[in-house]
Amino acid sequence: MTTTAQRTRTTSYVNAILEAQRQLLTADPNVFLCGEDVALYGGVFGTSRGLMAEFGPQRVVDTPISESGIVGMAIGAAATGLRPVVEIMFMDFVGVCMDQIVNQLAKMRYMFGGKATLPVTIRTMAGGGRNMAAQHSQSLEAWFCHVPGLKVVMPSNPYDAKGLLVAAVRDDDPVLVIDNKMQLGMQGEVPEDLYEVPLGKARVVREGTNFTIVATSRMVQEALAAAEQLGADGLNVEVVDPRTLQPLDIETIATSVRKTHRALVAHEAVRFGGIGGEIVAQIQEEAFDYLDAPVGRVGAPFSPVPFSPALEALYVPNRDTIVTEVRRILGKQV
Amino acid sequence: MVDGNEEEQLLRDLHRRMVRIRVFEEEAGKLMEQGKIPGALHLYVGEEAVAAGVIAHLSAEDQITSTHRGHGHLVAKGGDFRLMYAELFGKAAGYCKGKGGSMHIADLDLGMLGANGIVGGGPPIAIGAAFSNKYRGTQHVTCCFFGDGASNEGTFHEAANMAALFKLPVIFVCENNGFGEFTRQDRHQAVRDIADRAAGYGMPGVIVDGMDVLAVHEAAGEAIARARRGEGPTLLECKTYRFFDHVGVRGMGVVYREDSEVLEWRKRDPITLFESHLADAGVMSADAAAAVWLEVRSEAQDAITFAEQAPYPASAALLEDVYATPV
Ligand SMILES: Cc1ncc(C[n+]2csc(CCOP(=O)(O)OP(=O)(O)O)c2C)c(N)n1
Repeated sequence: MTTTAQRTRTTSYVNAILEAQRQLLTADPNVFLCGEDVALYGGVFGTSRGLMAEFGPQRVVDTPISESGIVGMAIGAAATGLRPVVEIMFMDFVGVCMDQIVNQLAKMRYMFGGKATLPVTIRTMAGGGRNMAAQHSQSLEAWFCHVPGLKVVMPSNPYDAKGLLVAAVRDDDPVLVIDNKMQLGMQGEVPEDLYEVPLGKARVVREGTNFTIVATSRMVQEALAAAEQLGADGLNVEVVDPRTLQPLDIETIATSVRKTHRALVAHEAVRFGGIGGEIVAQIQEEAFDYLDAPVGRVGAPFSPVPFSPALEALYVPNRDTIVTEVRRILGKQV
Repeated sequence: MVDGNEEEQLLRDLHRRMVRIRVFEEEAGKLMEQGKIPGALHLYVGEEAVAAGVIAHLSAEDQITSTHRGHGHLVAKGGDFRLMYAELFGKAAGYCKGKGGSMHIADLDLGMLGANGIVGGGPPIAIGAAFSNKYRGTQHVTCCFFGDGASNEGTFHEAANMAALFKLPVIFVCENNGFGEFTRQDRHQAVRDIADRAAGYGMPGVIVDGMDVLAVHEAAGEAIARARRGEGPTLLECKTYRFFDHVGVRGMGVVYREDSEVLEWRKRDPITLFESHLADAGVMSADAAAAVWLEVRSEAQDAITFAEQAPYPASAALLEDVYATPV
């Protein structure tokens, strides 16, 4: 259910998250936030600034540096009626609490014959671009998309950041909301009221006629810029943002490809084993007869994220990487 | 027992190690503020007595594991300023070819098994190195540095239990600076003394004034000797303070602690304290101490020039070092 809110104004991605969290806390007494430095300090990215003062330390909880404990606490709390919103500061740190997420959170409901309901939201920050090196820059969404029982969300703008977070928290299943640290300052139109962007619904960000770029998270902006450049090649590019990777709205993607006949998937994560492979496979299952060219993929090279600015600039995919790959699959010399 | 000369040499050595850390870090902070060092920089200023006091006991065959706040450990272990600054700049000449940066700086030849971007990443690795020292029949030890915040990660507890169980030659050196990021210790754990946790694993827990390099040196000496004798691990808690901010330099005028608290701790600056001790003991005059600072500053300037002029890694480096056997 998408509620169309009336009053909107331009605000930042960070503020969109902050506002969503404030309104969720107001609307539902069972919602609480927890994580490292989320309360007194307001979150290292500022996504819960002021909320402890407003809602008290029982509902906005600073935790020790104990990721397994934090996620486990959320699971137990959710199993007994609360609606936890957990912050794992950098996505890389999920490594510390993978058991709680993958073996406990994702599977409890199924293992218990549908008896447990686990409305846990885990918010975390992915992505390179800030020279934070190999343990603070990864995009690991594919790990979680592979695990039945988890839902995975990757917003690409302030409007979706708020609406998807609200939908995630209200959802009765575990949802990982993965933001990209390079988008935090991004400005956009955001309704003032509480609204949902439904999980599992892709968005056509730019309409086009003869090429589809499916892009996630920060790559949506890069795809839009690439689309402009590719206009010079006579391409009228459609850009589709899945917004939710699990469940994946393949119908919207396939509909686009049936119209344009050519496609490429772009994400920031390592290309090999990335979610792009899954999306490409589903495109050929759903739209094989419509395809005029192999479906391309853009992702990071097969290495950890390098620290050196000189190497990181080569590593993180961008508009140029996308343009080059589109031209390559269309058989054009670059 | 050390004779007078050896004793003096040790004191000078401890002083020099601390000054090298301070100068390295202050210069790194300036470079960051000038926008010359990218990424995150966690500086060690204020905590020098811990790294210096512990590491002065170690040879290159003894290992350390470090933290996100790792420059001080590497400097104390004998790190080369040129290679260190080059790494912080992301240059090919750096310790890790520019691929690691501040949070992953390492020198395996010096037994420095790496700074770590994951809080609590070090302790399990430290017990592995200690296991190896024992397995290979050496007398070498491993010192595992970690913060008060890190003592709340499961990895620390697993490692502590295994170290005690296997009687591994490892020393868990807790740098209790009173904060994990912006959270004061009494808001992240119910114990005051992290050394108390040692009892739960069956190892000695020792508390020492982390601003007093001699106290650290002495307590670490006992723990290390015990480990070398095959009697197992010790948890050594050093009460210290970081003068700068969690990341970068500022440290004053911040929301999570009072300036007055910082100033109180600064009165016990480990280097100033030690220099007045050295002067009183007639080991090093103020002039002699100033000469050390001067010398170290020029070492730093030379290294910074080197690092600034060094080239960035070539693009081919991106895909190198992922595997030992290229695929
Ligand atoms: C697993 C993990 N969780 C959280 C962080 C973010 N983080 C970096 S440093 C830090 C505080 C560490 O505190 P402490 O161990 O006391 O060391 P100090 O910074 O005080 O030296 C935190 C929470 C991280 N790097 N890794």
